[in-house]
Amino acid sequence: MPKPKIALYWCASCGGCEEAVVDLAEGILGVVEAVDIVLWPVAMDFKKKDIEAMADQSIVATLLNGAIRTSEQEAMAHLLRRKSQFLIAYGACAHLGGIPSLANQFSREQMLKYVYEDAPTMVNEAKTRPQVSCQNNGHAMTLPQLRQVVRSLDQVVEVDYYIPGCPPTSKLTQAAISALLAGKLPPKGSVLAPDIALCDQCSRKGSKPANLSFSQFKRPHQTLLDPELCFLAQGVVCMGPATRGGCEALCTGGNMPCTGCFGPTSRVRDQGAKMLSSLCANVASKDEKEASAILSGIPDPVGTFYRYGLAKSLLRRKVDLPVETPETP
Amino acid sequence: MPDPNWQPRIVAFFCNWCTYTAADLAGVSRLKYAPNVRVIRLMCSGRVDPQFVLEALARGADGVLIGGCHIGDCHYVEGNYKTVRRFEMLKRLLADLGIEEQRVRLEWISASEGDRVKTVINEMVEQVRALGPLNLPNRFADWDREVSEWEAHLQTEEPSARPEPEVTHA
Repeated sequence: MPKPKIALYWCASCGGCEEAVVDLAEGILGVVEAVDIVLWPVAMDFKKKDIEAMADQSIVATLLNGAIRTSEQEAMAHLLRRKSQFLIAYGACAHLGGIPSLANQFSREQMLKYVYEDAPTMVNEAKTRPQVSCQNNGHAMTLPQLRQVVRSLDQVVEVDYYIPGCPPTSKLTQAAISALLAGKLPPKGSVLAPDIALCDQCSRKGSKPANLSFSQFKRPHQTLLDPELCFLAQGVVCMGPATRGGCEALCTGGNMPCTGCFGPTSRVRDQGAKMLSSLCANVASKDEKEASAILSGIPDPVGTFYRYGLAKSLLRRKVDLPVETPETP
Repeated sequence: MPDPNWQPRIVAFFCNWCTYTAADLAGVSRLKYAPNVRVIRLMCSGRVDPQFVLEALARGADGVLIGGCHIGDCHYVEGNYKTVRRFEMLKRLLADLGIEEQRVRLEWISASEGDRVKTVINEMVEQVRALGPLNLPNRFADWDREVSEWEAHLQTEEPSARPEPEVTHA
């Protein structure tokens, strides 16, 4: 009997998710024994045309990481969707938009202008910008089009499961692959991680005060962090209460507060709004001005509360940015 | 083009003990005010999850009004203090995401202030009317046109007929 086929693909991501697969270490041998990897651009030499030549649905599962922000990534997402029985959004970017989706605070023009003209490290007197198509020495050359909006995978194609994290842990990855091969999958659309807040797995849980009260917010670099006390009790923003567990509290174990990469639990629609709600309600002051001064200790609410999930938040993007008419790619 | 028939749509979250009772009083007192507000009664302004405000806007509200008991008068003692603090940060968040400050408003209106309900609602409606429609559902659709058009383009193109671009990540 032929082995089930698996594909791994990356879109707008940093490569950390690929690293997470490699982190399976010897575990990867067990995976390779059980499955055939038919596409994995970071490690193996298969091409798009190899996938196009396959019958529809002939790949059992595709693990796709990275957000979707170019026409090429969209085309690959559609292709892999068609060829796969299960399409799995792997990692925070595919799941929620991830860090790349913080770009949804800016227009494409603002980004291109900064990157190709204004950035202090940029020398580009001709103000050359990448073009979707151009002629060079008689050759027609094309590039994918950069989209105006950064999207999560499920904002482009239907997704069957989500493996959260920046990056997902090898334990969750292995558990998901095992469940897939054994056919023991939860209902479609599930996030393959425990549906409970991170605080539940945090070793500092016991020191979380029943009544939190913030008289000041401190950023991690401004204070000496106590290695055992709950971060919220230290006045440090920790996304734990609004974030799904499953990472086994790696960051808080390493004496850094949670930044929210696992996204919300199933009961929460908008992780950032929920964290804002919980955190701000517990500011110590009863005076509007004083409360405002305390809250100024969080200088960047969007970057703090939506660090990994702006694309999937209720507003998705800064709403007053200009919308350009799409050009044919 | 702005629709000439457009009317502001405002979602109001009123607390059971003060502002909702005041709205009732405005009603029995036959006070007339703008019909653009959809009132949702909650037990306390402290129950207004910021998610409710974002969701109202995302689903097509042009503005959100929150009404609660005056500071010191909260039926649950501390509820409206929580509202003040959350509202402070919510305003900053909305501003960062491009939503005008005048689209959200927090007001303390006690059970006896029926006329205040009328004034605040009328003011809010005019304020939002001056800003024009927020219309997020349509904006979302505009953003996503780049995706749906490309999807249609992919479907019309026979995969084998297309010259093969080499996809590499070198």
